[in-house]
Amino acid sequence: MYLVPSLVMFGCGVFGFITRKNMIAILISLELMLNSVDINFVVFNRFLYPEQTEGMFFTLFAIAIAAAETAVAIALIINVYRVVKNVDINQLTKLKF
Amino acid sequence: MPLSYTILVIAIPLLMFLFLGLAGVKMGKKLTGVLGVCAMGVTTVIAYAVALTYFFGTGDGQIVDGVRQQLVLNDWTWLKFSENLVVKLGVLLDPISAMMLIVITTVSFMVHLYSLGYMSDHHGKPEKGFQRYYAFLALFTFSMLGLVVSTNIFQMFIFFEMVGVSSYLLIGFYYTSPAAVHASKKAFIVTRLADLFFLIGIMVLSFYTSTFDFKALMANPTNALASAQGATFMGCSVMAWALTCIFIGGAGKSAMYPLHIWLPDAMEGPTPVSALIHAATMVVAGVYLIARMFPLYVLEQGAMDIICVVGAFTAFYAAAIACVQSDIKRALAFSTISQIAFMMTSLAVSTADGALIEIHEGYGLGYMASMFHLFTHAMFKALLFLCAGAIIHAVHSNENSDMHGLHKFMPITSIAFLIGCLAIAGIPPFAGFWSKDEILVACYAKGMGWGLWMSMVAGLTAFYMFRIYFLIFFWKKHEIHTEHAPADQPWTMTLPLIILAAISIVAGFVPAGELVTWDGAHLHTQLNWSVAGASVLIALVGIGLAFKLYYKENELPEKMKNALPNLWEAAYRRFYMDELYQFITHKVIFQNISKPIAWFDRHIIDGTMNLLGDVTNSASYAIRRLQSGSIQGYVFVYLVGALLIAAVTMICVMI
Amino acid sequence: MIFSNILIYFVIVPLLTLGGLALCSNKGVKAVRAVAVTGASVLVMLAIYLVAYFLQARAAGDTSEMLLQSKVTWYAPLNIELALGIDGVSVVMILLSAFIVFAGVFASWKMDPLPKQFFLWFFLLSTGVFGFFISIDLFTMFMFYEVALIPMYLLIGVWGSGDKNYSAMKLTLMLMGGSALLMLGIIGIYFHSSPEGQPLTMNILEIAQNNAIPHEWQYYLFPLTFVGFGILGAMFPFHTWSPDGHASAPTAVSMLHAGVLMKLGGYGCFRIAIYLMPFAATEIGWIFLTLTGISIVYGAFSACVQTDLKYINAYSSVSHCGMVLFAILMFNQTAMTGAVLQMLSHGLMTALFFALIGMIYGRTHTRDIREMGGLMQIMPYLGVGYVIAGLASLGLPGLSGFAAEMTIFFGSFEHTDTFRRVLTIVATTSIVITAVYILRVVGKLLFGAVQNEHHKELTDAVWFERLSTVTLILGVAAIGCFPNFFAEIIRYSFDPVVEALKAVGM
Repeated sequence: MYLVPSLVMFGCGVFGFITRKNMIAILISLELMLNSVDINFVVFNRFLYPEQTEGMFFTLFAIAIAAAETAVAIALIINVYRVVKNVDINQLTKLKF
Repeated sequence: MPLSYTILVIAIPLLMFLFLGLAGVKMGKKLTGVLGVCAMGVTTVIAYAVALTYFFGTGDGQIVDGVRQQLVLNDWTWLKFSENLVVKLGVLLDPISAMMLIVITTVSFMVHLYSLGYMSDHHGKPEKGFQRYYAFLALFTFSMLGLVVSTNIFQMFIFFEMVGVSSYLLIGFYYTSPAAVHASKKAFIVTRLADLFFLIGIMVLSFYTSTFDFKALMANPTNALASAQGATFMGCSVMAWALTCIFIGGAGKSAMYPLHIWLPDAMEGPTPVSALIHAATMVVAGVYLIARMFPLYVLEQGAMDIICVVGAFTAFYAAAIACVQSDIKRALAFSTISQIAFMMTSLAVSTADGALIEIHEGYGLGYMASMFHLFTHAMFKALLFLCAGAIIHAVHSNENSDMHGLHKFMPITSIAFLIGCLAIAGIPPFAGFWSKDEILVACYAKGMGWGLWMSMVAGLTAFYMFRIYFLIFFWKKHEIHTEHAPADQPWTMTLPLIILAAISIVAGFVPAGELVTWDGAHLHTQLNWSVAGASVLIALVGIGLAFKLYYKENELPEKMKNALPNLWEAAYRRFYMDELYQFITHKVIFQNISKPIAWFDRHIIDGTMNLLGDVTNSASYAIRRLQSGSIQGYVFVYLVGALLIAAVTMICVMI
Repeated sequence: MIFSNILIYFVIVPLLTLGGLALCSNKGVKAVRAVAVTGASVLVMLAIYLVAYFLQARAAGDTSEMLLQSKVTWYAPLNIELALGIDGVSVVMILLSAFIVFAGVFASWKMDPLPKQFFLWFFLLSTGVFGFFISIDLFTMFMFYEVALIPMYLLIGVWGSGDKNYSAMKLTLMLMGGSALLMLGIIGIYFHSSPEGQPLTMNILEIAQNNAIPHEWQYYLFPLTFVGFGILGAMFPFHTWSPDGHASAPTAVSMLHAGVLMKLGGYGCFRIAIYLMPFAATEIGWIFLTLTGISIVYGAFSACVQTDLKYINAYSSVSHCGMVLFAILMFNQTAMTGAVLQMLSHGLMTALFFALIGMIYGRTHTRDIREMGGLMQIMPYLGVGYVIAGLASLGLPGLSGFAAEMTIFFGSFEHTDTFRRVLTIVATTSIVITAVYILRVVGKLLFGAVQNEHHKELTDAVWFERLSTVTLILGVAAIGCFPNFFAEIIRYSFDPVVEALKAVGM
């Protein structure tokens, strides 16, 4: 039952990742997927090995990493925006061959 | 070996070439000239010593049973093709090579001396490139001497190439003039084409006989021919083909029709060079070649007939053209062609009756006459050319319309030229009479038709030579074009004229029959008075005609020209042979072979290679879309792929 | 110990030179030159010593097929060895290479830009060339072959002229294509190198000894190796890299490439393709014989209408190198000796040509013969050099081309079958066509009136250019005057090959 929101979140994340053109939106989609996975960790931990806490720890660990990663990504996006005033990935083709 | 110093005759010019070629630029011009002349003088003396020792000496093994032997003096292995075919460089002395040593060194020495004057301006200042000129002369002399003393046919080929190159260099001596460059190129390429056949001939001959060596070949010509028994190509025996090919090689150098076209153009070179190379020595190399291989040719009648026909035709053809040329050097060049053709014909009228032992009139005589004529012709033709050079040097033109009436201004030259003309026309007692008479006798022995034909050409010879003579020295009063009045030239130029004129007078009395025969034995000849009388008569008619037409300015020549304008024009244009060659080389070879091949190479062969490259490139471009760099695209593809695999796995599991 | 073998120093010396060059500073060109000249001189001396050693050993009665053999295994699982050994052919090829490297250093005296890097690649290339000639192990040979090819790309691409990127790419790709075929061929040979059950080997001598390659395999392996090497030998129709490549390459690279690298092709053809697979060679050699016959005449005709000096020379190389392969395929001692003589002759002569063309181009900045004329008056030294090179090319006795070509023709004519004879006659016609294009160039370029007024101020050759050309001219004249000296060194090296061919019924 706990898996349903996780599944919905993951589906939204994938859909958003593939379709959105704005980098911020893509980043948000990415975070959605990540969080859905985190939920899964917690859920499965509880279902399968209630007496152990590895899933919980892993989730916490993932949240911390995700925060750092998001910070880096946002920094990149902001810098790109400063240079080219644009965060649309279809327009950002300067580095392409 | 008593004659081992013969090698010096060849070595000195070679060393002179290397020395003058390398150090000449650093030395004074005069010095190089004098040095060249001195070296050539020494060579001449040695050559005379060699020849006289050979002809009159009785040293060990020189004469056996009254037959003069062939002596092989040096033989150095140059290159071994295989066990049998070994190319050697050596010195072979026999009657004809000894005679040629005399001819070449004499004329070469005269030309060296003469060039001191000719290659300088009127103040005696040597021209630009004087050192180079003497170096090339030495190179040519070396090559020509090497040619005549060849011990084997391959050495002959080597020196054929060498004389070809020296001739190329000397014709193109005035390399800033496009005409000279063109002429030198033409001379080289035409003779190269002939040499190609020569080479093929040697390949065939040496393959079947397994030797290059003249002595081995000629010692037993019947065996040599028999070694190719049964081998035929297109219905003829391969030996006939080989000998014909070798003849073509000789014909190229000796300017036989239709390979004669280079010789008239070669007159672009300095006149002394024309005298040396294109009148006296190199152009007779072909005749010499046939004479060298005479025993083989005699046995191969088919090849002999071809030579005979070509020779007889060329003799007439060239004489006819010589009658209308206005450039005196060209006229002399055609005269040379005609005279060489005489020698060829004379060689070729010899016939053998089965075995070689049988000697009848005609056989052996033709050979002797040919060599004798070669000797006398070299002398008087060199004389004529050097006279022409003196005239050209005086009036700065080759056209006879710029000359006329020079007799008063240049008496010595005029008399020398007259002697040359009398000699070539065959008036006794001048040199040409004796040798030409022998040739005619040999021709009559072959058949009445041959004799009459050659007699007619002899008459024509007298006519055109005196036409030139009268047009240069008489016709009308000379108009002085340049600031200098023409006059006899300095002694360096006049002395050779006098010496050669003297030789032209007396050379006929050399007992050629005793010295120069094909087998080294004596050949007793006597003047055939009926032939001699007839030929003198016909020569006198020719001279008389020329006198009537050209001694004093008159309308007759013009009238004759107008009577047959087409014929005259055709003869003047040398019967359009040059145009034909031009057409073949430019239109056919360049336009229709080389250009298409080059196009084919660029567009088809290279195109295919480029096509391969382009196909690879465009294929890469085509599949490049897949690597778009868009993460979203990748994710989508990944997702679809993952789902598909999952679906397939599920289906598999379920089933 | 392998270091006691003098042969290994032919690889070590260029490598040391490489090291020395690497230590030089980027700025000073003097040190670079000094190192390069030293390396090249040592190589020449080594090569001369090697010839003397070889002659002495042969005179002393050493009749083994390869002299100075030694080997070190460097990859045991595949039996790959650094196996060294030389016979007469390798000796003369090493001598040739040393001379051309020497002349090449002087020809690129004023190399600009990046002289140090240029010489680095140049010596890497030489390392490959020498390594190839001293090796008798298939894989090691192949490795050195590649070492010789790859620097070509950079040498042309960086220091070339004209459409250099295209040319460098084309040359490298075509030659790499050849290498691919060759690699396949070598692998094929390796797996059939020994009879069933015996350990496989890469050593050429052992493979020839075993003679174990099945006939049906030879039909595939022979064309692979022959074409692989033939591409480098500019065999029709795989020759088109040559005109473009040479036209763009800098002088010294053209010299080394035409002078030595193209010889690798001919050398490989007989040492690997024919020697190891005599059966296929006799059976299907006629196909390649026809192709090379076409090369000879085709190259000569193409050269007749070119207007770029380097193109003329490149096509002339196609013709002359065609002669090499042609003679090798004639399978008899005389013709094969001629082939090696022709390699020597063509190597020196073409190097001379390219050196002179480079010097002329360096002055006039054009290679189009229509824009030049009368250069003989302006630069007599270079003019005379060019005429000598031309005469050598068209086969003047006394210079190298004549002796080589004649040996080939007479050797080829030893065959009695009509097919080979006709081809021989066709090949001989090239001597006339060669005369046509050489004289055409000489006439247009050197003789006549000066075409361009600016050319009148140009200067003649300077000392290092003279040194470079004189070295080559002396080589050309030496072969031309004393061909038998070289022919005798070469001739008996073909005994094993000819024996092998006779054994299969040639």
